[in-house]
Amino acid sequence: MAQKTYAGIAVDVNDEGYLTNAGSWTNEIAVAIAQEEDIVLTEKHFAVLYFIRQKTSAGEALSLRSIGKSGIVDAKQFYELFPGAPLKKASRIAGIPKPSSCV
Amino acid sequence: MHIFAKRFTAVSIKSVIQIPNRLKMNKLVILGAGTGGTLMANKLRKKLSRSEWEITIVDKEPEHYYQPGFLFIPFGIYQSRQVVKPKRRFLPKGVSYIEAAIEKVMPESNEVFLADGTNLNYDYLIIATGTDIVPSETPGLDGNQWHKSIFDFYTIKGAESLSRAIDGFNGGNFVVSLVELPFKCPVAPLEFAFLADSYFKKKGIRDKVNISYVTPLSGAFTKPKATRMLGDLMKQKNITLIPDFNIEQVDNDSKKLVSYDGREVPFDLLTVVPVNMGAEYVGRSGMGDDLNFVPTNKHTLQSEKWDNVFVLGDAANIPTSKAGSVVHFAAEILYENFLLAIKGKPLLAKFDGHANCFIITGIGEGTLIDFNYDVEPLPGTFPLPVIGPMKLLKVNRLNYWGKMAFKWAYWNLLIKGRHMPISTHMSMAGKKAG
Repeated sequence: MAQKTYAGIAVDVNDEGYLTNAGSWTNEIAVAIAQEEDIVLTEKHFAVLYFIRQKTSAGEALSLRSIGKSGIVDAKQFYELFPGAPLKKASRIAGIPKPSSCV
Repeated sequence: MHIFAKRFTAVSIKSVIQIPNRLKMNKLVILGAGTGGTLMANKLRKKLSRSEWEITIVDKEPEHYYQPGFLFIPFGIYQSRQVVKPKRRFLPKGVSYIEAAIEKVMPESNEVFLADGTNLNYDYLIIATGTDIVPSETPGLDGNQWHKSIFDFYTIKGAESLSRAIDGFNGGNFVVSLVELPFKCPVAPLEFAFLADSYFKKKGIRDKVNISYVTPLSGAFTKPKATRMLGDLMKQKNITLIPDFNIEQVDNDSKKLVSYDGREVPFDLLTVVPVNMGAEYVGRSGMGDDLNFVPTNKHTLQSEKWDNVFVLGDAANIPTSKAGSVVHFAAEILYENFLLAIKGKPLLAKFDGHANCFIITGIGEGTLIDFNYDVEPLPGTFPLPVIGPMKLLKVNRLNYWGKMAFKWAYWNLLIKGRHMPISTHMSMAGKKAG
């Protein structure tokens, strides 16, 4: 575990850069983390981030499928917003733990 | 394909529990007579008095498949007849077997409606209808190339078609891919790629075959230690790993996999694990998530919504592998909790998500992983410390023969509910946690 400073605020992160405490997240922190991924956040990005945070706090598992069927974006748009590995990137920017692609 | 998705509210709706009494016949209905259903029918018929409990089991197909055997059919190691036997043979006397498709379950009124128009009432329901491949979920997958140059090995028909295609394959791009998690037997596509490497080597044409493994995961597997070990094996065997690849569609004309971010993988022969979903009636009944898996308490195996409904095996949404070994271990827990439930007692038995899986790494060699909800696959010996005799996360011949010998144990011990000398809960004995 380590500490990183985003938008002037020190937060705890794990060894992969994910926030260990989802409650410490703010919009400004999201923008700062997104910058590390060369992403400039728009309203659409934030709509997805809020969706992800809401699902996670409700204890629901995230998947490309559930985000693609969220009504906010489809899978292709999700990839355009967070290129490469969208689920991992969006989760980190949203300040939630890494998605457990467990089984 | 119609998917009936429903979100569960935070308030659970409990159905009326019938407390069993000696004056009335209690009814247990088991949906699905695969590994889990057959096992529970055997265990519970032995234990529950016939004068108090009527047990009915429903399945739409007369044949019981030893699914771990499907992996070997494409390479000519097994024939279909070795892995298919009639379901009836493994069901005990005193259990009514109904061969019918299920239309719908109405859990609020404790009824099961069958496709033939009849219905069954139950006091308790065990859902064990498993999961199946749904190629139509991926555009282009079940197009004109399905079972011509694109194959599954999760069905007998797929495995047999694939066997003919592999026999006639002389070189080119041999692509193994998985569409989406979760799917049953997470190690199977890896084993398939490893066996293909062995097979083409034996045939003397390995240098003409380019084997790729296309996965939405970031590595060969999910958990770190196993991912490292299996990734290294892939490198050694010259299997190209193509990670973070989510298939958007399959182009049948130019024979390419296309990802959501525009990457392409050309193939001459594609073996794919399509999207896996639970049974359709689960969706129709409003009892499942968006993949038709039933929300289930991961420890007690009771459904999250209905106290008299239990879920065993692949049909559940519990966060462990969909695998036969998991069903076997979970069945022991379900057995205990069922007997407590019918007495109105708290469900004290807790499932720890234990899974124990052989991984074939080539013809004649294999490894073994043993893990649960909390502990990732670790190196060591199994089941005994030091003596083993199986080695975890190491490749040897014994592990291969262990998997092959398991077929006998499956037909003769496991599904008949006979004792097997492996502990239900995962043990740390013999494991190196460091």
